[in-house]
Amino acid sequence: MGPGDNVVMTTMDDVLNWGRSNSLWPLTFGLACCAIEMMATGAADYDLERFGCGVFRATPRQADLMIVAGTVTLKMASRIRMLYEQMPDPKWVISMGSCSNKGGPYWQEGYHVLKGVDRVIPVDIYVPGCPPRPETLIEAVMMLQKKIKVQEAALGPLGFMRKQA
Amino acid sequence: MTFEDIFNQLSQKFPQGILGKEESKPDASIKVAPSAIHEVIQFLRDELQFETLHLVSGVDYPNLPALCVVYHPGSYTDKMIVSLKVYLPRTEQAKVASITDLYKAANWHERETYDMFGIQFENHPDHRRILCPEDWQGFPLRKDYVTPDYYNGMPVPLFFEDSAPSEGGTH
Repeated sequence: MGPGDNVVMTTMDDVLNWGRSNSLWPLTFGLACCAIEMMATGAADYDLERFGCGVFRATPRQADLMIVAGTVTLKMASRIRMLYEQMPDPKWVISMGSCSNKGGPYWQEGYHVLKGVDRVIPVDIYVPGCPPRPETLIEAVMMLQKKIKVQEAALGPLGFMRKQA
Repeated sequence: MTFEDIFNQLSQKFPQGILGKEESKPDASIKVAPSAIHEVIQFLRDELQFETLHLVSGVDYPNLPALCVVYHPGSYTDKMIVSLKVYLPRTEQAKVASITDLYKAANWHERETYDMFGIQFENHPDHRRILCPEDWQGFPLRKDYVTPDYYNGMPVPLFFEDSAPSEGGTH
């Protein structure tokens, strides 16, 4: 977006991004102990719903945010890829916790652990911690909302790729 | 009933099947011949009130060399657990009789022991891997197991030792 761009286009961006960023629907997707913190984040004490992000969906077809909360095993990696592909565009991914960031405590001896979920799906926000506290996940959601608010909505999250092509 | 009582009873009943005692810590264990384990555990269950099975697991001893299956039947009547060890040759064809027909609990434990050590259980009703994917190669808890470089096209190590970090920066 620059000063010379179409005024209507910019407004559409603002409206769409405003809607998208304030109604993120996460996929119910807990893999390990990080899921406990994710559940705490969604529950009454921390109340992720304040940010429009509390509608955990049971199916990837209704979700636009995947919170990868926990250890990604090699057995699970292909399932994660399939779930990600079943989510409709535009879609975002938060990698929650050390395990899904880079293998965590299994980085050396974990013969069965995928060393980072970014090896199978693209990740928008990495959340450090083992497990991260709910405040950290909330900050990640707010960072993701900021990221969504500046993207070109009409082209979608993959728009930058189409421009390059 | 004490461990000694049980050991003496078993020795009298199965002079061929009981190979001796092992003074392992914290509890002593009974060495059982592979061919006799099924009838020994059946005797424990039916005659000595060992109503439950706590555990079936495996151990790899590369120095003996041997594979070992450890059974922990438990008795609520006598409030005790006894440990039985079966030593098998350390080969790909290590086999022992399944005790799933005696204790249903043994089903998944034997599958896990097979998954991790490659010990096969004869007459098991559902003899498959339980934790690893079904196309997994090798048995991870064997001491000579080598972690594969790739699984289904996904790199397994964080980075390969003889090359630069595979993706962006250090860990």
